[in-house]
Amino acid sequence: MDWQGQKLAEQLMQILLVGFAVVAFATGYALGSFQTMLLVFASGVVITTLITVPNWPLFNQHPLNWLDPSEAEKHPKPHVANSSSKKKTNKK
Amino acid sequence: MHSFGFRANALLTFSVTILALICAMASLSDNLNSPSPSAHVQVSNINRFQKSKGNDEVSMTLNVSANLQSLFTWNTKQVYCLTNSYAFVFLAAEYESPKNSLNQVSLWDAIIPSKEQAQFLIQTKNKYRFTDQGSNLRGKEYNLTLHWHVMPKTGKMFADKIVMTGFRLPEEYR
Repeated sequence: MDWQGQKLAEQLMQILLVGFAVVAFATGYALGSFQTMLLVFASGVVITTLITVPNWPLFNQHPLNWLDPSEAEKHPKPHVANSSSKKKTNKK
Repeated sequence: MHSFGFRANALLTFSVTILALICAMASLSDNLNSPSPSAHVQVSNINRFQKSKGNDEVSMTLNVSANLQSLFTWNTKQVYCLTNSYAFVFLAAEYESPKNSLNQVSLWDAIIPSKEQAQFLIQTKNKYRFTDQGSNLRGKEYNLTLHWHVMPKTGKMFADKIVMTGFRLPEEYR
């Protein structure tokens, strides 16, 4: 999941849950049934889980463009001594 | 950081917080209900009125009719109602060492589990013993009070009562 995907997932989760809560309370109050309210909210939680928890392709539309490894080798840093520090440069 | 577990955890905590919130709102919505219950209790017969082991004891038949349907809202689990007798024994010289200034005895109670059963008319003997600490009950005036407790599914419990006055016990044992 990329950065934009994370933001989208979080916002989706909050909006969907609050929305389902409003719908659940409204239907429960209108029908006079506490159980209906709980069932609507519970199904809302399940739907929200399915939408925002798995790593869907929707959340990976803005991949980070890492520097090409060959490009990095062309400009070696003066202090680079081993492979572990090389990894560090890549992460930046 | 933004892993599967992290997102699942965030979703769970947020949804439980919201659940608590809508339950609180459901409890608050009970205040919008303005009930108009009615109740009437009659004493149709005094079956027995005797002194047992130095204490007066009464057995009576009660006709309880009530309509408590308006107490039920969508957030109501059940209603508990009970009939009390208050016999006011004032600390006065006429009585031989009366012990209490206010006596309260539970005579009958019931749990009403649904709105459909909240309108009823029953004839019953007093379920619990109507007995005095002493022998001061002859000719005593007393009130019958129907109390009820509305037990919600979530939130605040409500209680109220209807008082019926002007009952009097017979002057003689029978």
